[in-house]
Amino acid sequence: MIKKEPDLLIQATPMLRQEMTTPRAMLDVWIALIPVILAAVWFFGVGALLLLLTTIAGGLMTEWVFTPADKRRGVMRDNSSLLTGLLLGLTLPPGLPLWMAFLGGAAAIGLGKLIWGGLGSNLFNPALVGRAFLLGTFPIAMTTWSPAMGPGHFFEVQGSLFALPFQTPVYDAVSAATPLGLMKFEQQSTALSKLLIGNTSGSLGETSGLLLLLGGLFLLWRRDLDWRIPTAIFASAALFSGLLYLVNPVQFPGPLFTLFSGSLLFGAIYMATDPVTSPLSPRGAWIFGIGIGFLIVLIRGFGGLPEGVMYAILLMNGATPLIDRYTQPRVFGRQARSG
Amino acid sequence: MHSLNPMNLLRGSFRHGVHPAAHKEQTVDLPIQRVPFGDRYLMPLGQHIGAPSKPVVGVGQRLYRGQIIAEPGAFVSTFLHSPVTGRVIDIGPHRHTDGTFKPAIEIEADPYATQQLPPAQTRDWKKLDITAFIGEVQRAGIVGMGGAAFPAHVKYSIPEGQQITELLVNGAECEPYLTNDHRLMVERPEALLRGIEILLEKLGAARATIGVEANKPDAIEILRDHLSPDLPVEVVSLPVKYPQGAEKMLIKAVYGQEVPAGQLPRDLGVTVNNVGTVVAIADWFDTGMPLIERVVTVSGPGAAYPSNLIVPLGTSVRDVLSFCGGLRSETREVVMGGPMMGSPIASLDVPVMKGTSGILAFTNTETLRPPEYPCIRCGRCLEACPYFLNPSRLARLAKARLFSEMKDYRVQDCVECGSCTFTCPSGIPIVQLIRTAKDNLAHASRKGEPT
Repeated sequence: MIKKEPDLLIQATPMLRQEMTTPRAMLDVWIALIPVILAAVWFFGVGALLLLLTTIAGGLMTEWVFTPADKRRGVMRDNSSLLTGLLLGLTLPPGLPLWMAFLGGAAAIGLGKLIWGGLGSNLFNPALVGRAFLLGTFPIAMTTWSPAMGPGHFFEVQGSLFALPFQTPVYDAVSAATPLGLMKFEQQSTALSKLLIGNTSGSLGETSGLLLLLGGLFLLWRRDLDWRIPTAIFASAALFSGLLYLVNPVQFPGPLFTLFSGSLLFGAIYMATDPVTSPLSPRGAWIFGIGIGFLIVLIRGFGGLPEGVMYAILLMNGATPLIDRYTQPRVFGRQARSG
Repeated sequence: MHSLNPMNLLRGSFRHGVHPAAHKEQTVDLPIQRVPFGDRYLMPLGQHIGAPSKPVVGVGQRLYRGQIIAEPGAFVSTFLHSPVTGRVIDIGPHRHTDGTFKPAIEIEADPYATQQLPPAQTRDWKKLDITAFIGEVQRAGIVGMGGAAFPAHVKYSIPEGQQITELLVNGAECEPYLTNDHRLMVERPEALLRGIEILLEKLGAARATIGVEANKPDAIEILRDHLSPDLPVEVVSLPVKYPQGAEKMLIKAVYGQEVPAGQLPRDLGVTVNNVGTVVAIADWFDTGMPLIERVVTVSGPGAAYPSNLIVPLGTSVRDVLSFCGGLRSETREVVMGGPMMGSPIASLDVPVMKGTSGILAFTNTETLRPPEYPCIRCGRCLEACPYFLNPSRLARLAKARLFSEMKDYRVQDCVECGSCTFTCPSGIPIVQLIRTAKDNLAHASRKGEPT
């Protein structure tokens, strides 16, 4: 008399889902970075595009090789390696030989993500792991900056890009110090307008402050971004650099220069906000951001290299599990507790 | 804690929660229709948490509509009444809504009966003391009509030394698709206020507050029009948010206070009652009708003619659906209750019970799940969870079957509202994993195993 309806599914509620998906969130960051990519091509020529494609290819190929065949379809569809490759590429100097960029992409995915257990399991931001690998392995190539050129040189691809593997690259142009390098070694500031527009030397994606902020606004609007992290980074970097500036305005830059020079904007908006490697809770996000801002100022002011965003973020990535543990949200109807 | 005065507090809501599309437009303006009597009714003996009821009738016995057919098996248990005039044809295991077989009384309706309620003996509630009142509520078989079907008389049994000062009437109806409470407020405001009057007097509460989400402006307006100066009742419009109708969230939204974990609303001097429950109390004292029928919303993309219906308890889902045009051929899943917290049914032959607020039919659009991706720790579930749990962590632990570690993350505080699963961009069935973990923990503790 009573039988199971052959056609009825038994699938537990909730039946409803919101629309955002993980691959879509990754794609959103890509979309946010399109103006930045275009600016990189504008300032550094079509070679910039070659570099980005190389890091992405290095990452995707590594992922394909080291993922079990039955899981490849799912893994390749989540868009995360596509994004890691792009983020890494945007942190590279415009004249970096392509073979190095390829290795960097492979290191980002292989050492930054896969050995931890894949997407969602890694402790450190994969793109920054790739960059740290390159900076450690090829310190000279990673700190040789070619000047921003402009559209007249659009099709001139720098010869150093095609350097043969394990050969010393030969650079076409005279290398140009970045605004941070000028600041650190020659106590020479760069005009804020140049930093905003981006016609300075530096990594591919870091130079134009305005476009980076624009992409950040897009991500905010799409709710892909934890606004607390960049806000905390800006606030703490401005505060600590302001203090140093008050102490010694000749040696240390002011807060505005600190915020808009180097990769601070890029790191704060696109790297530190990587959800996998940043704390879960709102309180944790504030601590994380404040720590990054402080470390950036510390490393820039007292370290051996002019830039410190990468190490600042990587160090705070390492602190994330601990931050998470001590910032568990207070459960409804319960007293706050620590640990 | 007893200084709850809603007048002095800023009206807000609870924190966190989600905003699923309401999907109420299909049925919101449809008046409640009565489903005609059918030929067979099935009354499961266990319709709620607590002990199942014990049958007091035998196979073959003739019954009149509203006659008691089962009595409470314990204090947390209620009476059951026959929804029709007819005859008992079976007492034994029948398919339950949860898919198992559970004892139930099967009744065949008398096709020649008028199905009138027998003349009611007058029940002067004013003369009843609180104990007699609680007995009457139990005798009427009244339970919470919002879904959980917790016996109402248990809520009114206040331990010595405690006093209810606030009666909070739950008209939030935050579950998408459902409009049964909404229609009840629009169509029967007098009965609702009558029930409030009875409860205020019997519980000795100082005032009543009806919490209604702002997406039901007609209900708010009609209720406000019916308020009388003699009765201290206020209608509060709440911002639309899920799960506003969860008891503790509604208290937070209306009074701004958190019920401490492990405590009950009555520890704050509050009792929360669904509008359906309050109307059922009014009906019992006004007409002598026990809980033998309820309002059910039939809706969802798979329902041919979405409707709001008065359904005699025990009517099979199949009969309810065939009254309103049946299911579309695209239907893939039928859910009893709301789309967020209801349960899917395997068979259309299961009966409508006291806690059945809706029958929803879903098609491939809602049932096809996107592929699951790894958790990227985006934190959306943390910002959704109204209990401020860490669903991301809980899901990770559940997948690793580290159930006892989940207790450190307060898994027992989870009310399974499903906001986490709703909001997860990686398509992880978080609340389903948590339910499984809680089942495992409950099983282990029943067996006395260390967990």
